[in-house]
Amino acid sequence: MDIIQTVKAGTLESGDILITISPHDSELIIELETPVESLYGEKIKQEILDFLSSLEITKGVIKAIDKGALEYTVLARMETAINRACLEEFE
Amino acid sequence: MTDRLRRTRLYVPGNNPSMVQNASVFGADSIILDLEDSIPVSEKDAARILVRNALQFLDFSNTEVTVRVNDSSTPFLGDDLFEIIPAKPDAIIIPKVESLKELKKLDIQVTIIEKENDMEVGSIKFMPIIETAIGVVNIEEIASGPRVTVISPGGEDLTADLGIERTKEGAELSYIQSRMVVAAAAAKIQIIDTVFVDVNDIDGLIQSTKKAISMGFHGKSCIHPIQIKPIHEAFLPSPEKIAQAKKIVEAYEKATRDGTGAITVDGRMIDVPVVIRSQRLLERARAGGVDV
Repeated sequence: MDIIQTVKAGTLESGDILITISPHDSELIIELETPVESLYGEKIKQEILDFLSSLEITKGVIKAIDKGALEYTVLARMETAINRACLEEFE
Repeated sequence: MTDRLRRTRLYVPGNNPSMVQNASVFGADSIILDLEDSIPVSEKDAARILVRNALQFLDFSNTEVTVRVNDSSTPFLGDDLFEIIPAKPDAIIIPKVESLKELKKLDIQVTIIEKENDMEVGSIKFMPIIETAIGVVNIEEIASGPRVTVISPGGEDLTADLGIERTKEGAELSYIQSRMVVAAAAAKIQIIDTVFVDVNDIDGLIQSTKKAISMGFHGKSCIHPIQIKPIHEAFLPSPEKIAQAKKIVEAYEKATRDGTGAITVDGRMIDVPVVIRSQRLLERARAGGVDV
């Protein structure tokens, strides 16, 4: 599955996470901004990586601004963003 | 599930993680994770996935969890069912239902999804909302439709469809409410009243709830957690009614133990429907924190 366009999913409201996904030619880059970096930063990054890995996505830029999202929200926003970013593949 | 207590049913916007994950802490008997009116068209996909994940990941304790899907005239219903049914909500709330045919079609779609996901067929219940004049005209067949456990009027859409103004007193909905109560009773299902939209008017909310109780409603929908406690208090029976119900239930239990037929309490003969009504009244009292 390839990321073919820049999209957003989620919000900057408390408990949510705003994901922005863009195409990249060769690399997978994850940039995370979170108020709980020291406690949960690695965990959130791993959740994002595992999700991308399950879809065999190896290229793209994922910017995530976390506002205290639980795992179910991180995964939901990633899934929405990926669906939107890869939309043309299904059309 | 049909007879469970549903004094309050709280609407929660399905695309707001904070509200979704805290939905069960306010004490509502039932919650509605909404995919319909509170979600803009551009976010239908996001809300659907968030609600599905919430059903799979979160523990809502004993609260009944339902999902309001989009109505059958929209392009969203198929995707809603496909994502939400396998996540096993207790029921789906179906807006703008107008006929039994519509429910039968939906029953087939849900049955296919249940079978594909190794779920018990019929496990997901239907709770139609009646929001048009045609829906009211067909209410008897809708109430007895497949999987239906609860019906409700949708006040705002109904008054819009009828071309009349909605008032706080709600007299304009009285005929529809009465007709729906009779249909629900005939089908042996529950009926939950529409929302009271002014969240700042608690006295108005209490009056509206008491009117609904007197008409035969089992609960009231709410749009803000602040409305839950007043509704529960309105549903709390008076001490005199609790004492009388207790007498009736105790007399019935004693008669059952002793194998005697007719029961009398305070010189009045008591039959089974009165016992059932008393048991339900005591259940409401217990749910309201009364030690009975």
